[in-house]
Amino acid sequence: MHDKSIAELAAGLRGKAFSSRELTQSFLERIGRFNPALNAFVTVTAERALEQADAADGRIAAGQAGSLTGIPLGQKDIFCTQDIRTSCGSKMLDRFISPYDATVIERFNQAGAVMLGKLNMDEFAMGSSNETSYYGPVKNPWDTGTVPGGSSGGSASAVAARLVAGATGTDTGGSIRQPASFCGITGIKPTYGLVSRYGMIAFASSLDQGGPMARSAEDCALLLQAMAGYDERDSTSLDRPVPDYSAGLANGVEGLRIGLPKEFFGEGLDSDIARLIDQAVAEYRKLGATVKEVSLPNMHLSGPAYYVVAPAECSSNLARMDGVRFGHRCDAPKDLADLYTRSRGEGFGAEVKRRILIGTYALSAGYYDAYYLKAQKIRRLISDDFKKAFSEVDVIMGPTSPSVAFRFGEKSADPIAMYLSDIYTIAVNLAGLPGMSIPVGFSKNLPVGMQIIGDYFAEGRLLNVAHRYQQVTDWHRQVPKEFA
Amino acid sequence: MSLSAAEVNKIAWLARIAIDPDKVDAYARDLSGILEFVEQMSTVDTSAVQPMAHPLDQAQRLRPDEIRETDRRELFQSHAPLVEAGLYLVPKVIE
Repeated sequence: MHDKSIAELAAGLRGKAFSSRELTQSFLERIGRFNPALNAFVTVTAERALEQADAADGRIAAGQAGSLTGIPLGQKDIFCTQDIRTSCGSKMLDRFISPYDATVIERFNQAGAVMLGKLNMDEFAMGSSNETSYYGPVKNPWDTGTVPGGSSGGSASAVAARLVAGATGTDTGGSIRQPASFCGITGIKPTYGLVSRYGMIAFASSLDQGGPMARSAEDCALLLQAMAGYDERDSTSLDRPVPDYSAGLANGVEGLRIGLPKEFFGEGLDSDIARLIDQAVAEYRKLGATVKEVSLPNMHLSGPAYYVVAPAECSSNLARMDGVRFGHRCDAPKDLADLYTRSRGEGFGAEVKRRILIGTYALSAGYYDAYYLKAQKIRRLISDDFKKAFSEVDVIMGPTSPSVAFRFGEKSADPIAMYLSDIYTIAVNLAGLPGMSIPVGFSKNLPVGMQIIGDYFAEGRLLNVAHRYQQVTDWHRQVPKEFA
Repeated sequence: MSLSAAEVNKIAWLARIAIDPDKVDAYARDLSGILEFVEQMSTVDTSAVQPMAHPLDQAQRLRPDEIRETDRRELFQSHAPLVEAGLYLVPKVIE
């Protein structure tokens, strides 16, 4: 059962080939068997999952099943879940039980999906390797000596090892796409404002966006359908109708105009990856697409702008963790200052502290114009570059990450080396555009992802373009042998 | 742009984060490296560029000023580290 797509599982449930309880039990058994080697889950909610499965079986029997009813999923531990610990990968929230559900969780509950548990992640989503998690790093199922990527590394690893049928992730600078690439799965970061951020613990509010991570574009379409939509509780949620993402999946790609930004194929890109991207693009040519070079001349400034905007916003968002209302509190504080500084000093890990400090510096008196305002202006330049490109092409393709999954410890000593792992994904967040990653082959026995970027609200088109490729290739069907 | 140990301590105080004295130099080095990285922003003239506050240039939405939330103080305080009689407790601030 565990190797079926979400659509196949839904058909099996409706056709009574198996029940949601049987399906859920089978995934829980796999989690029990394989999670110790992967550390993908922070919390497994077996009892509640089986209750949800029974409720789903009731809905199915009553003929009230939707496409996700009874489907076992994993939720990134950044989404608040009522009465269940929501840790965000941090010691700060190690004992935090959320009093409410995130909108995304609420929507999956309404759809009758089953939650198997909460997935491990970099602390407060700050990291590209999962090495910053308080609960220890997640392993990449393709080679457990390598990182799964981050920050949604638990989600990517669990999907790749078939411990869940699908998962959620969040993407502030590449945190859905880069781990999807490293673990050989499919993930999409939607247009900023499409998926509600309510109850999704904030990192950088102007960049954060939730999205699905699954085995295929077809599965991602089903998950995104449940996640997307207006939410009045998120002040940046966009009030516009959500299209049917599955309806257009099979559309042809004849005449699709693909743009390849020359800045994505320069120095620093692994030659094996460049070759695999070329091969994937050639596949699209065979399907009738046209290809031309485009330019994103300010691309090189996306990393620098991001490492001002994201830390600045994080320093502000994480100010609420003060040891008073919730979260970690130090022992025996001698005064209020000691309570604040020691609770935060003990509760946050090194990378989170680095980012809060950089952000605090960038926002401190006298530096605002030179850092935050400057970065917001560069965002405009980057966004204008994309606008110009999208006046010439329908989608942009390129590598998701400059390398395949790296080894534990390889980059953790050098923050900048780690930041460069997201060099191709960050610009998309700064512009607020949708982007996805799909597997297009292997280099050194590790998966390689290709990024597909679209114009605002082009999620349907991106999923369609990815799906067409997945119909003529089988990279997305590959499973790491040890976890087959 | 290079930060001194004293500057790191000042920023850490502004951020209300205690840092081990023996780690201040490592933070100074890492933060200076990040500032050097973001320094590339100054290579481009942005004097005529409008800063981007929202990708789709949307303004903040307003809602009618009406009460919609119920009082859930007890629930929220059940997750607090230290409360008494409905109040969050912190060390004494006024002598």
